[in-house]
Amino acid sequence: MSIKRLPAKQESLKEFLAFISGCAEEKGLSADTAGRMELVLEEALVNIFNYAFPLGEGWVEVYCVDDDAGLSIEIRDNGIPFDPLSLPDPDLASDASARRIGGLGVYLMRKMTERILYHRDGETNILTLHFFNR
Amino acid sequence: MDISMRKEGDFTVISISGRLDAMTSPDLEKEIGGLMDKGETMLAMDMAGLDYISSAGLRIILAAAKKLRPRDGKIFLAGLKKPVMEIFKISGFDAIIPIFDNVEAAREKI
Repeated sequence: MSIKRLPAKQESLKEFLAFISGCAEEKGLSADTAGRMELVLEEALVNIFNYAFPLGEGWVEVYCVDDDAGLSIEIRDNGIPFDPLSLPDPDLASDASARRIGGLGVYLMRKMTERILYHRDGETNILTLHFFNR
Repeated sequence: MDISMRKEGDFTVISISGRLDAMTSPDLEKEIGGLMDKGETMLAMDMAGLDYISSAGLRIILAAAKKLRPRDGKIFLAGLKKPVMEIFKISGFDAIIPIFDNVEAAREKI
């Protein structure tokens, strides 16, 4: 297991994505799986940066955790309680003028992971994203 | 991400390559905004060199499609690589915005 801890701000995104790519490569995961992990991590982190710290600054930790069938990413932050899974899915109406902008990030997270779990532990949000290697 | 633009007939072709993510999508938004300010309403996005797109990039493209509609404008996408195409399909954008194999194929049909 490896861990990266950085300030909860947009500027940290690049380093977090490089960390998870490196971790996927180390574990020998497919390019498809590595790509899905990067995308889901970006969506999750952008939500945390945007919503979890309305009153100021904080930190985010990303854990890269091995398991039998693939890899899990665990994201911990010390922001306000924020469960991204509580956000509604976007409406997938096929007309551009009717489509609302937003909600897409969480929708992609749900579609591109095998399993997502959220829980709050004391002052910490913990989001676990599980991927199969395929 | 690299962005370049050229004019082909009625269309402005915007070629983007690299990564269209939360960090780079403001650059594309600015370029598209500039084109619309100049009155351009026919946009072709050549994505043959694009390796990665996240919801931040999808939002810019959806916003452009919404703005073009009342102006009788058009936007289409061309040359999507497999992982990028997958994101468009999952998000249902392939039903909203025309997608072609390449810019030439699109221009023949539009």
